[in-house]
Amino acid sequence: MIRFSHASKRYPGGYDALQDINFHLAPGEMAFLTGHSGAGKSTLLKLIALIERASRGQVIVNGQNLAKIPRRKIPYHRRNVGMIFQDHQLLFDRTVFDNVALPLVISGLSHHEIGKKVRASLDKVGLLNKERAYPITLSGGEQQRVGIARAVVNKPPLLLADEPTGNLDPELSREIMSIFEQFSQVGVTVLIASHDIDLITHLPYRVLTLKNARLSNDSGSHSSQTAGQY
Amino acid sequence: MGNWLHTYLLRHLQVFFYSLGQLTRSPLSLLMTSAVIGIALALPTGLHIILKNMQNISGDLDSAAQISLFLKKSTSDAQAQQLIQQLKGMPQIKKINYISREQALQEFKRLSGFGNALKALEKNPLPAVIVVQPSLSQSNALSNTAATQQLLEQLQNKPYVDIAQLDMQWVKRLYTIMDIIRRGVIILSALLALAVLLVIGNTIRLAIQNRRDEIVIIKLIGGTDTFIRRPFLYTGFWYGLFGGLIALLLVMTSLLLLSDPIEALTQSYESRFSMQIIDFNSTVWLIGGSILLGLSGSWVAVERHLREIEPT
Ligand SMILES: Nc1ncnc2c1ncn2[C@@H]1O[C@H](COP(=O)(O)OP(=O)(O)OP(=O)(O)O)[C@@H](O)[C@H]1O
Ligand SMILES: [Mg+2]
Repeated sequence: MIRFSHASKRYPGGYDALQDINFHLAPGEMAFLTGHSGAGKSTLLKLIALIERASRGQVIVNGQNLAKIPRRKIPYHRRNVGMIFQDHQLLFDRTVFDNVALPLVISGLSHHEIGKKVRASLDKVGLLNKERAYPITLSGGEQQRVGIARAVVNKPPLLLADEPTGNLDPELSREIMSIFEQFSQVGVTVLIASHDIDLITHLPYRVLTLKNARLSNDSGSHSSQTAGQY
Repeated sequence: MGNWLHTYLLRHLQVFFYSLGQLTRSPLSLLMTSAVIGIALALPTGLHIILKNMQNISGDLDSAAQISLFLKKSTSDAQAQQLIQQLKGMPQIKKINYISREQALQEFKRLSGFGNALKALEKNPLPAVIVVQPSLSQSNALSNTAATQQLLEQLQNKPYVDIAQLDMQWVKRLYTIMDIIRRGVIILSALLALAVLLVIGNTIRLAIQNRRDEIVIIKLIGGTDTFIRRPFLYTGFWYGLFGGLIALLLVMTSLLLLSDPIEALTQSYESRFSMQIIDFNSTVWLIGGSILLGLSGSWVAVERHLREIEPT
């Protein structure tokens, strides 16, 4: 689903945020991306969502070399990547329903379909009773779940989350993680950046560790071995 | 396919009215921006309509031109009267005014102040003049001009007539002045249209900046430029429409206020002129042009500023 081969990212100004990254994530796999602050976790996710482009090497998502996607095709790529942000990135002047509906409105779905899918998505994150509420009236955990509902509403094959449990208490964090596990179980590829080591090590998933812009450890090497077949 | 089209149109309609809803949330700034556009557009539109009215008047005046028949010096008063009787029989002629040689001399003395100089002359140097006013057909200014020309040629060939002269100098001068005004109006229109473009462009630029976060989010979740551009284009459309309507209102009230005195003035010139406020064509041009300016102003602003806003 995701393949990095010798991918590097140098920001304008000359800082190397990622250097020679190699890994492969199989479809339906769930993995964590961890590392110290400034290690390059967010940068790696940005490369997958084409918010940034690799300076060297290749990033292949869903069989497509991202370097070959022109600027005007980027939106269509992003529709296949559900993104969850630490700071939620919600529209505060629109209701929960309208926020979650946005990806569907962008894709041009009919009113009827939008209603059905938005409610299904809100149901999955347990916020069906809040659809008329404005994000500002919700707790941090609830806002995070609105973000998740929006990311999965059009059923993307790939889900990226950047510090989704950033400042949530442990119980809420586990709750959010179990939502991700559910998606993984129905075949969605999930990659979660987090430095919440406690949480990660208690879960049975592959962990990619970044250190000073390099991939220093990959706990799930079995996927790397079968990588060539995808 | 039909279903897809239906959804597509519905989506446009939604954004169309959504952008209107957004605008009416701050009615004061909507009103002020529209008023600026309206005033800028009212000025050239008003001048254009006044110019059009002037053309109508001058069409009248053109055909109302007088023909002066300068008689040969040898013509006696009796012979002149004979000619006048003959002319009175012609249907193309509405009014005849005879100025004898003596009257012409008196008039000249009175007007020129050269009385003493003329006394030195033994003989009266001025010819007698018959001033003829052609009758007008009630409808068509152009055919009037042709008829006047024809009449002129006829009169030229009458006995005792030395020179027949169509008095059109001042009409030509009026045309020249009107041409200058017309060019002025075109230049003014272009400048004010540019001003409207800038006003709308700047308003949309501010709207884009105000919604920067929203644009970033929409880009993050896969919104195309077209999708993001749409509400701003419709916003430009609404500004153009409201600006155009305000301009129309301003032009109509101003011209209504002007029409009474102008009609009083033209009445004294025996004109069958009546002030035309604004015709259908001009209205369509005004509103359509205004909407077009709104759309292109916002298009330019969106093209310039949308690319700068990218998620990081
Ligand atoms: N747009 C940018 N321009 C220049 N340097 C950048 C840019 N974005 C990030 N960096 C640098 O790249 C490095 C990696 O940043 P990144 O955000 O990927 O780290 P991170 O692992 O997500 O850290 P954190 O855990 O604090 O979120 C940092 O040193 C950062 O300063
Ligand atoms: Mg980060």
